[in-house]
Amino acid sequence: MTDIKYAAPDTIEEAVAILAAANGSGRVLAGGTDLLVQLRAGIAKPGTIVDVKKIAEMTTITETDGAFRIGAAVSGAVIGEHEALRTLWPGVVEAINLIGSTQVQGRASPGGNLCNASPAADSVPAMVAAGATVTIQGPDGRRELPVEKVAAGPGRTNLAKGEIVVSFTLPKRPKGSGDAYLRLIPRTEMDIAVVGCGVSLTMDGDTCTAARVGLGAVAPLVLLVEDAAKALVGSKLDDAALEAAAEACRAACKPIDDKRGTIVYRTKIAGVLLKRATAIAAERARSH
Amino acid sequence: MSARPYKWIGTRPNRPDGADKVTGRARFGADFALPGQLHGKVLRSPHAHAIIKSIDVSAAAALPGVKAVVTSKDFPEQPNLTVPAGEMQVNLRDVTRNVMAREKVLYDGHAVAAVAATTEAIANEALALIKVEYEVLPHVIDVEAAMAPDAPILNDQLRTEGIDPRPENPTNIAKRLDFAKGDAAAGFAQAEIVVQHRYTTQPVHQGYIEPHAALASASADGQVQVWSTTQGHFQVRGFCSRLLNIETSQIRVTPTEIGGGFGGKTVVYLEPVAIRLSQKSGKPVKMVMSREEVFRASGPTSGGIVEVKIGAMKDGTIVAAECMVALQAGAFPGSPVGPACMCSFACYDIANIKVVGFDVVSNRPKVAAYRAPGAPISCWGVESTMDMLAQELGMDPIELRLKNAAKEGTKTHYGPTFNRIGLVETLEAAKASPHYQSPVKRGFARGVAAGFWFNVGADSSAAVHVGEDGTVTVISGNPDIGGSRASLALMAAEELGIDYNKVRPIIADTASIGFNFVTGGSRVTFATGLAVVNATKDAVRDLKIRAAKIWEVEPEAVIWEDGMAKPASSNVGEFEPLSLAQLAAMAGKTGGPINGHAQLNAQGAGPGFGVHIVDLAVDPETGIVTIDRYTAVQDVGTAIHPSYVEGQLQGGAVQGIGWALNEEYIYNARGRLDNAGFLDYRIPVASDLPMIETVLVEVPNPAHPYGVRGVGEVPIVPPMAAIGNAIARATGVRFGDLPMSPPRVSAALDAVRPAMAAE
Repeated sequence: MTDIKYAAPDTIEEAVAILAAANGSGRVLAGGTDLLVQLRAGIAKPGTIVDVKKIAEMTTITETDGAFRIGAAVSGAVIGEHEALRTLWPGVVEAINLIGSTQVQGRASPGGNLCNASPAADSVPAMVAAGATVTIQGPDGRRELPVEKVAAGPGRTNLAKGEIVVSFTLPKRPKGSGDAYLRLIPRTEMDIAVVGCGVSLTMDGDTCTAARVGLGAVAPLVLLVEDAAKALVGSKLDDAALEAAAEACRAACKPIDDKRGTIVYRTKIAGVLLKRATAIAAERARSH
Repeated sequence: MSARPYKWIGTRPNRPDGADKVTGRARFGADFALPGQLHGKVLRSPHAHAIIKSIDVSAAAALPGVKAVVTSKDFPEQPNLTVPAGEMQVNLRDVTRNVMAREKVLYDGHAVAAVAATTEAIANEALALIKVEYEVLPHVIDVEAAMAPDAPILNDQLRTEGIDPRPENPTNIAKRLDFAKGDAAAGFAQAEIVVQHRYTTQPVHQGYIEPHAALASASADGQVQVWSTTQGHFQVRGFCSRLLNIETSQIRVTPTEIGGGFGGKTVVYLEPVAIRLSQKSGKPVKMVMSREEVFRASGPTSGGIVEVKIGAMKDGTIVAAECMVALQAGAFPGSPVGPACMCSFACYDIANIKVVGFDVVSNRPKVAAYRAPGAPISCWGVESTMDMLAQELGMDPIELRLKNAAKEGTKTHYGPTFNRIGLVETLEAAKASPHYQSPVKRGFARGVAAGFWFNVGADSSAAVHVGEDGTVTVISGNPDIGGSRASLALMAAEELGIDYNKVRPIIADTASIGFNFVTGGSRVTFATGLAVVNATKDAVRDLKIRAAKIWEVEPEAVIWEDGMAKPASSNVGEFEPLSLAQLAAMAGKTGGPINGHAQLNAQGAGPGFGVHIVDLAVDPETGIVTIDRYTAVQDVGTAIHPSYVEGQLQGGAVQGIGWALNEEYIYNARGRLDNAGFLDYRIPVASDLPMIETVLVEVPNPAHPYGVRGVGEVPIVPPMAAIGNAIARATGVRFGDLPMSPPRVSAALDAVRPAMAAE
């Protein structure tokens, strides 16, 4: 067995330097709920593990002028207890809180969920719907990416060597906004999404003035379904608009048949969840 | 229930093993270790079906840290001899091939070789160095495909048993079974209504949380010790003795605490391999399966095909019934098709019955016993068809079952005539239950199904040792998988008339108590309980002799009452009663230690019947089934410890719910198992379930002094049909195929209501 180097630096600069020096064999450890499982299964064989939980910027939540910056390594449990986030972004919070079990929530982070790059990651469709951007730091400095641009394919990201996702930014949103995330699993917990759907809306009275839809587990990447959003914007979320948005979701699906679901089932459920998540998001928007 | 005549039986004290289990102190299979032990690992086949052309272990054996390597060459050939294993029969020629593949690998995960090394990492490295040359053959996974004339043949020597004359061609159909009562054809001719349907089930794993684990230590003088998580350490001893040609007296097996078995730990996988590795290396060898190995290589129960036809008169009297059951046995013959056939119509008094069964091999792990082996599969078909009949007749499903219920004197289609049984009482209790009496909530539907299991008796030994302070040790030899220590202690306390907490039960190793058949067949509280009662009576007999000596009277003049020896009457003389503690203190002067012993082959196990009621909702868009309320009603004979009886009913129901809704093995096109873990092999999680309500019906078994009937297996028989029947009533769609998982339910609903798909 080869030795694994472990480092737990206090600053992002140090973390980036260690990761860059690992020359491709480095892995970032936040909660470890994916990495440690992969280590045990022999799937991941890193030479260096960079634990980022001592880096303040990555483990705190800050609010500035209505926008939230969530450290990439903040645990689901901490996010779930954040009153302001729960009030303004209930869909994002419920999506993050669906990852794993209660015990896993104490460790699992949105940064880890994103960088694991599973198309079925629960937090990602909700983040996509929320219009979240991520701040990435690497040897060449900082850059920003829309959350949907981070994954490159199942298990692969667009991060360059030495780059670390530092935080998520949720934009300030107008009054009358709400979001929701729903996933379908055959059980009631401890499972992986067969389909996941995040919807974020802004309502002016009964009329939808802005919408974003994120769809998970129906393609190699989590999808931003712009056609679904278009079908909703300007409508009163009537049956015709909802069906058009559902159809857009079904049309966007490029799923596979596997042990977790069939192409037919996943495609159908994408439409079902769009309608249900939209109804919840709209209800939340109206009460804001 | 009327007032109990008992002081301890029927009470709910803490289990003797409880504190250690809830504090993490209890030691399970993987918790045992010996100084200098090696780590054993198994190389497993990546192919579903292949000829082993050669195995080269030289590189593995040469790796520093590797102390032994074994292949099938290290295990002697076995005779074509069938022996009992739990509730199943196994052939020793097949068992040795399942422990270590010989000519062929027959399923993905089949053991091919094993190594023992100083560390787990070195053992894993060594496995990768073993070179196996395979000639991959076409494979067959499912029963129907395996029965087809052009199917790939697993065993060229196999000819179908049970057909006269015996066929000459190789086949995957190992056996045909036939059962008949009356004249089914004539019965159907007479019937006014005939309903029939075809059903399939998927293999399901027992899903015990603790993976198989064993530690073996073979000494230079030939003696062997084994610590193993098993339902039957005497069976481990027996199998290892035969498979390795070691006398039973040379092998001592200690059972560890067991983290679930449900029938699956009645056979051997690791133990013979660990012993051989220990013999070759001269060191103790510990082996623990991963979860993936448990799924790929240890026995699930069969999947199968069930065809049921029932003929009835318009008043609901069933006049004819037919059932065909074809079960996959896995890689070697021996599915539970026999019990499946026998249990099919056991709930009903029907004049004309025909049942045919087929035992079919395919490229899957060999099945092992699983809670009422076979019965849930045939009953899924029979009880679903019963519900169709109730719907056709417009009859209440419990009334239909009452009208046809088996009772004392009913002759079964498989031979025996029932003694005192409690199906009618159970159906009546179900009808009267708060659940059945409640209205069905809007948006929900209700399903009902019944189930039967024989329960067994067989061999048990027990001893009762009176300590020098008058407290008592109860020694038995059945691993405790369902609270049996508490039940045995309660029966001993009742017999002795002393406090339950003065009685401590232990489970002895194979060298410390006489032979015991496995913990299985719902037999322990009945059969081993009987042995404990008899051993306690034996101690009481001696205690009366000791009192008689002290009083200088005849032993017949002494009675045992409330934990004390008393004069049988005033004629005997005026003596102060002698307590157990007093007699124990004086034992040295009255004849030495006071112990009781008993050994027996228990006859007269009382059959058990259960009726389950479920209320559920079906999401018409997603196909997700939500269980709202669930009640299990069962004749339990006498509930020795009611909490643990209720636990058995709840556990069986939950496993049945998993079987009904989500559990299945998913094989890819190459015949490899694609869901070898609890993430994608979906047993229910707590949040899937309501509290399972229970109703204990007590119709005592006349063959046991306290009326015990086995209770552990019946409750897994009715759930699938109860749920299917509720789904049929909720949706109008009758499901034949398990599991009724969201994609399948959704597809079935879309098929009958095409508009749904587009909505």
